[in-house]
Amino acid sequence: MELLKFNGITALVLKRVGLGLVTLWVISLLIFVGVEALPGDLAEAVLGQSATPETVAAFRKELKLDMPPHVRYFAWLGAFVKGDFGNSLANQRPVVDLISWRFANSLFLAGVTAMIAVPVAVLLGILAALYRNTLFDRLISMATLSTISFPEFFVAYILIALLSVQVVIFPSISNINEQMSFWQKLYAICLPCLTLAMVVTAHMMRQTRAAIINILSSPFIEMANLKGLRKLRVVVLHAFPNALSPVINVIALNLAYLVVGVVIVEVVFVYPGLGQLLVDSVSKRDIPVVQASGLIFAGTYVMLNLLADVLSIVSNPRLRNPR
Amino acid sequence: MTAPLLEMKNIVIEGLSGESWLPIIKGLDLTLHKGEVLGLIGESGAGKSTFGLASMAYTRQGCRIASGSIRFDGKELFGAPDSELRELRGARIAYVAQSAAASFNPAHRLIRQYAEAPVQHGIMSYAEAEEKAVATYQQLLLPDPENIGYRFPHQVSGGQLQRAMVAMAMSCQPDIIIFDEPTTALDVTTQIEVLAAIKDITRRFNTAAIYITHDLAVVAQLADRIMVLRYGELVEENDAREMLANPRETYTRDLLAVRSFKKGKSDAALKEDVILEINGVTASYTGTENVLEDIDLEIRKGRTVALVGESGSGKSTLARVITGLLPPVQGEVVFKGEALPPALKSRKRKDLQRLQMIYQMPDTALNPRQKIRKVIGRPLAFYFNYSRQQQEKRILELLDQIELPADYIDRYPTELSGGEKQRICIARALAAEPDLIICDEVTSALDQLVAEEILKLLLNLQRKLQVSYLFITHDLATVKAISDEIVVMLNGRIVEKGPKQEILKPPHHEYTDLLLSSVPEMDPDWLDGLLEARAEQENGEKPMMEPAA
Repeated sequence: MELLKFNGITALVLKRVGLGLVTLWVISLLIFVGVEALPGDLAEAVLGQSATPETVAAFRKELKLDMPPHVRYFAWLGAFVKGDFGNSLANQRPVVDLISWRFANSLFLAGVTAMIAVPVAVLLGILAALYRNTLFDRLISMATLSTISFPEFFVAYILIALLSVQVVIFPSISNINEQMSFWQKLYAICLPCLTLAMVVTAHMMRQTRAAIINILSSPFIEMANLKGLRKLRVVVLHAFPNALSPVINVIALNLAYLVVGVVIVEVVFVYPGLGQLLVDSVSKRDIPVVQASGLIFAGTYVMLNLLADVLSIVSNPRLRNPR
Repeated sequence: MTAPLLEMKNIVIEGLSGESWLPIIKGLDLTLHKGEVLGLIGESGAGKSTFGLASMAYTRQGCRIASGSIRFDGKELFGAPDSELRELRGARIAYVAQSAAASFNPAHRLIRQYAEAPVQHGIMSYAEAEEKAVATYQQLLLPDPENIGYRFPHQVSGGQLQRAMVAMAMSCQPDIIIFDEPTTALDVTTQIEVLAAIKDITRRFNTAAIYITHDLAVVAQLADRIMVLRYGELVEENDAREMLANPRETYTRDLLAVRSFKKGKSDAALKEDVILEINGVTASYTGTENVLEDIDLEIRKGRTVALVGESGSGKSTLARVITGLLPPVQGEVVFKGEALPPALKSRKRKDLQRLQMIYQMPDTALNPRQKIRKVIGRPLAFYFNYSRQQQEKRILELLDQIELPADYIDRYPTELSGGEKQRICIARALAAEPDLIICDEVTSALDQLVAEEILKLLLNLQRKLQVSYLFITHDLATVKAISDEIVVMLNGRIVEKGPKQEILKPPHHEYTDLLLSSVPEMDPDWLDGLLEARAEQENGEKPMMEPAA
């Protein structure tokens, strides 16, 4: 608390950023160790049938696999920080080329979903808190709970069955490419977007509702009621600003999930995102791609949580306006 | 006589207890005329707040108005639709809550919260409300009235915040304001400012008020008429002066008598051996700012030292230093001639045993899942390795000493009242057979009558066991009642110390004088007299010192 007084919000934010960097570093270690621990010899696995002792030795040398692990780790990390992700083992192309456009696709899908899901979830949460324990509240709770309870591939297939087989409105395959215009892309991703939105809305909506209801028992809400304010005003202007911190956190978690956790949905809809690439690369033992994708996912996750931390600090008037 | 502004008849309010509704208010009547101030007095749990809020036809969660009639300005409020009640609330009947810090929305600036009611009720525009807010802040003598409204609640001190809340209640110029213990959480010196503000503004606008409090001396300053409540029923209702002069009921008489009890002259036969010495203690939480500065203090065997000062003066910090929770930056704590290790971790069990604490909130100081046997038995096992039978025997002895029946040994803390819980805390401290007990505001969470019982018990125990007390409090009535010596603290320093008779007798240190004169007296003219005297003094001599915010 005293640190705050002197350095205010900047110090807190810097501390969080520092912690985020440490987390990332630990994750990079875990990824590296994890990949090292994969059973079997990498060179033999990649070379397969053509693995003669000479080719294996040459392959190991080329990939510097003959060096001790810590040397390779620091070489890899150093190159990664400079933006050099190495080359893919499967097709010798630079990993950056493989990853960048797919990551952009993943972000596109996540972004569009978030644009729909976040406002809907917050609005539904506020309404549910406002009309709590009424039929409306129960219906929303039931609907969102059922969408959470179904596995996402199930939701995805149901949506395909309903909206692209029974009634042919949306395409069931969301294979987008650069030739498509923005609107065409948007149309193509309708179903995966809807699937993901249904899955993430429930969490955010329920957290919003719970946070607001928690605040509604505060003395300042009683005061607002005794000032004769309308219920909607009390909830939106008095309760919601004080419930921001938990809401922001759950939104960030769900956004992170949207970016890194959509592998299954990407596979179902054959969407060219990073998740699919990761799955392919693991089966192909394409180590540099796996490592790079893993670290990018981790980075996104840490970034979003960092953003949530910073936003909840900023949303707290006590910290924003020190005495 | 004109029709009353507010007339409540035969109000029954029920509270949900488990599955069934039990009556909290059992058929009370209330009438309030324009410009009249009515005091509602009673212990906690008497239903004062519930009854006061019912005048706006409002109940807290888990309560409901079961029957009765609430007529305000010719309109029946009981059973009126929400929209109609909403129009009245804030606009014609306003509410001032006990804790302004909790009742202001932390996310909005003060002036925005001030303006909200008048703008939402369509009485004035935001700009007009802003202008009026500044004027009201000025009337309530808030510092820097032009700008204070643009601060957030946490940027303003407690007393100022409470005045800002009175201002907010005045924003629509209501006919009635309900004051729900508005000064209970404040220091005596700040209480005066708020009381003066309330008195001034209700008089100026001829606003009727219901003033809810447990402090008869406070209500005596403001109320025209007083109702005494107990267990949701009326004990006595009368004109304020009449009631103070001639209380009819025993309960009212007890309430009035509370502040009259005093400790007898300290026993000269007591040996004057010092058990605790604090030498030049300076302490700090941050390392840069000192919370305590060069404190010297001595506590003698079997005596009580009262440590007085307003919140933030460093009283509790000193207790933390003595117990080792906060090692001092400088100085030492000497116990019976031996310097205690500064940090708790390095103290021996023997050191811990000789120093015990009793806390302000008995509710939170007892583990709700432990029976009394375990609560009191723990120090016996910890310090003395007593066997089960020895423990049992000693616990019964202790229960007897704190005047509780023996069968309480099998109860849980939640089954006891606040006063009984505090007695258990005392027994737990005594179980360690300490030389010194630090009592940190032990009576401030209790009702006056209960508090008096606790103080008497502490005095009896002292006489029997020769234990010393360091009594931390902001309540000067308690100090007068219990202490042998008084230490007055301000901003981390001792401003005056000495035997009680000397400190309480003029001439005082300037700050002691301010503290002493701020304690409300039962005399209804006390506040006016005091404010006049202070104003004169201010004009005549140097300006009176401003209490620290």
